Amino acid sequence: MNEMDAVDRAIVRLLQEELPLVLNPYGVLAEQAGVSETEFLERMNALRASGRLRRVGAILHHRKSGYGANALVVWRVPEERMDAVGKAVAEFPQVTHCYFRESSDADWKYNLYSMVHSSDTERCREIVEAIAESVGLSEYAMLFSTQELKKTSMKYFASENV
Amino acid sequence: MRDPLDGLLMNLLQQDFPVCPEPYKVLGEQLGISEQEALERTRRLKENGYIRRLGGVFDSGRLGYVSVLCAAQVAPDDIPAVTEAVNRCIGVTHNYLRQHDYNVWFTVTAESEARRDAIVDELESLPGIQRFMRLPAVARYKIRAVFDMQGVTADE
Repeated sequence: MNEMDAVDRAIVRLLQEELPLVLNPYGVLAEQAGVSETEFLERMNALRASGRLRRVGAILHHRKSGYGANALVVWRVPEERMDAVGKAVAEFPQVTHCYFRESSDADWKYNLYSMVHSSDTERCREIVEAIAESVGLSEYAMLFSTQELKKTSMKYFASENV
Repeated sequence: MRDPLDGLLMNLLQQDFPVCPEPYKVLGEQLGISEQEALERTRRLKENGYIRRLGGVFDSGRLGYVSVLCAAQVAPDDIPAVTEAVNRCIGVTHNYLRQHDYNVWFTVTAESEARRDAIVDELESLPGIQRFMRLPAVARYKIRAVFDMQGVTADE
């Protein structure tokens, strides 16, 4: 990956906020970054090519959008099956995040972590049961969220002076 | 109420907002509406609370950041104070109360391992935390928070 320079970081700082709701959002942001719209878009393409910028997109409010239930489902997977199972669980469209993690608590036996979203708790359970059956896992726990305490996007390069 | 076209638009908006001088023209073409209407519908979705944020979605790892998932066991009476302290950290982006003995789950992201660990050490020592665990990722199989909005009944 190429190094990022100060302009790239300024672009990240601008894009991690809200795109202005105008017909030419990138033109407006380019002005704030002190570059032409063409250069702004070129740098965005470079950020995408390097995978630093995954996409430009809308992040929805789950509940308002009909996805009221979310559960962190943790699974116990034998390590030799982890890659295959992780990928299989990730295939399900209702799974938004899927990670293999280690724990600092020796008594904690779960190692595969998946976020499952659905319209309600019952439907969530049905989906998880289907996943369990499909991948052949019986040791798992559904940790439903009872309250969203904080949800923000990360502010990158916040301490840098422009 | 939103109409079916909004559902299609929300799917397009989530997946890949165009990176070009006239993004709403491209969206409009995909939906068979004008550039202006695509913008207006997007504005309304934002005003009506469907869209939390429309912007760049970054890969923190590729930007040089490191993160860890943490879980704490906190007695009910201590939850407000612990929540306030955890939420105050800029590096904490997600914090959820969950139904389990380990009931407070949050992520910490920082520019370096040293900085991240310093934040976690501080939070771990908060009064009210009975048990605490760090859950660093070993492998990532998916990260894609895109919700199919076609045919979903909105919670209105």
